[in-house]
Amino acid sequence: MGSFMGSLGEAAGLIMALDADLLEIIGLSLRVTLTAVAAACLIGLPLGAVVGALRFPGRSLAGLVLNALMGLPPVVVGLMVYMMLSATGPLGPLGLLYTPTAMIIAQTILVTPIVAALTRQVVEDLHTDYAEQFASLEVRPFDRVVALLWDARLSLLTVALAGFGRAVAEVGAVIIVGGNINHVTRVMTTTIALETSKGNLEFALALGVVLLVIALVVNGAVMTFRASAARMTYA
Amino acid sequence: MLETEFNVGAPATAWREAAPPEALLQARGLCFDGGGKRLIDGIDIDIRSGRRTIVMGANGTGKSLLLRLLHGLIRPTKGEVLWRGRPLDRRGRHAQAMVFQRPVMLRRSVLANLRFALAVRGFTGSERSVREAKAMERARLDGLATRPARVLSAGEQQRLAVARALACAPRALFLDEPTASLDPVSTHAVEQLIREAHADGVTIVLATHDAGQARRLGDDLIFMHAGRVVETGCASHVLNTPRSEAARAWLEGRLYLDSSS
Repeated sequence: MGSFMGSLGEAAGLIMALDADLLEIIGLSLRVTLTAVAAACLIGLPLGAVVGALRFPGRSLAGLVLNALMGLPPVVVGLMVYMMLSATGPLGPLGLLYTPTAMIIAQTILVTPIVAALTRQVVEDLHTDYAEQFASLEVRPFDRVVALLWDARLSLLTVALAGFGRAVAEVGAVIIVGGNINHVTRVMTTTIALETSKGNLEFALALGVVLLVIALVVNGAVMTFRASAARMTYA
Repeated sequence: MLETEFNVGAPATAWREAAPPEALLQARGLCFDGGGKRLIDGIDIDIRSGRRTIVMGANGTGKSLLLRLLHGLIRPTKGEVLWRGRPLDRRGRHAQAMVFQRPVMLRRSVLANLRFALAVRGFTGSERSVREAKAMERARLDGLATRPARVLSAGEQQRLAVARALACAPRALFLDEPTASLDPVSTHAVEQLIREAHADGVTIVLATHDAGQARRLGDDLIFMHAGRVVETGCASHVLNTPRSEAARAWLEGRLYLDSSS
């Protein structure tokens, strides 16, 4: 316990001193995570809305697949992306392996099914309310999807948060495709794993604390925005 | 047994014969099955243009189903719906609107609810603005344009729902028990909107189990029992001198059961 408290104190010192390495790692982590979540939302929100709102052959199967993909093992995704991006892989000539872009690709693949599956559920529930009115007004499929996404926007913030939670805590895939290279692809989670294995618990703990604080701040900000927006828009 | 007892054929045919040829909406041999049961059973009716037709009957007799079939929200198992003499198609449905018992309010402001309906029906620019303003005024919601629609009272929501439907300039308006959960003041306001719509030439088809409302608003009346039309005719005539046992029992507040229901 004493050792833990000591490490915690040293971690606080590193944070307060705005350690350059620490800041670089935090910056890269946020860049990779937020870009991946944004990309996942761009793909997953409309995909989930289409599956949730429209009727087409194979719709049930699509919903099932989306739900199943929520549990994608990160190391498997990491391995697949690694094979695609490696020198002998189909995307090898792009030279993306061991770059932040490769990490963004891996995280996007992991987060997209989460965003899509949760969006499908949110949109499907809302569509149950709207279905007859939409049918009466003869709302076209595209307009239907857009309207449902817009009206469910506050619930979808929580969906995006779930994706953020998955991405920011991810380590398996990014360490495979990023390689945890110092000053290039080292992010908070991979650094925590590395520093812990080296016995540098203070630095690892400092990053852990920062990770928790970031998660808390992002969640707090989004939930506050959601609550105030809900008061203005929803009943 | 039901047909003999209620003499279904005679009044329905007589009504059809009395109807002018410009029947706006017709149901021919309309049937609908659900859950292994026949819920709508061989309905033949004419809805006359510019009239207010009341669909009456007890809960579960198929009033709402009939309205949904006539509006094209669900497909009949058998039979067909004719709009101006032709099978109901997208064009026909475009000329109709429907208001539901529980108004469906989008998670938007009052004005945005109107705007959405007008936009999907192809109204743009100044015409849309004029229709929005007219609908807000008509529904007496002028001061509530920016309020979230879902925080309105039940009466205000239903007025908005009717105004939204009418803003799209329908030729026929279906209303499925629009005042079932409203107080008398709100009911009066919704009925006033219906009267104004009728005065503008909109054909009204209103499902209700409120005999007072049927008297106040009805020109023609269709009485249903167990998925069938058991009596049709002039609303005041049916309400004052019902011929069928089901309608008589209903109006006298008696429980009516028959072997086929």
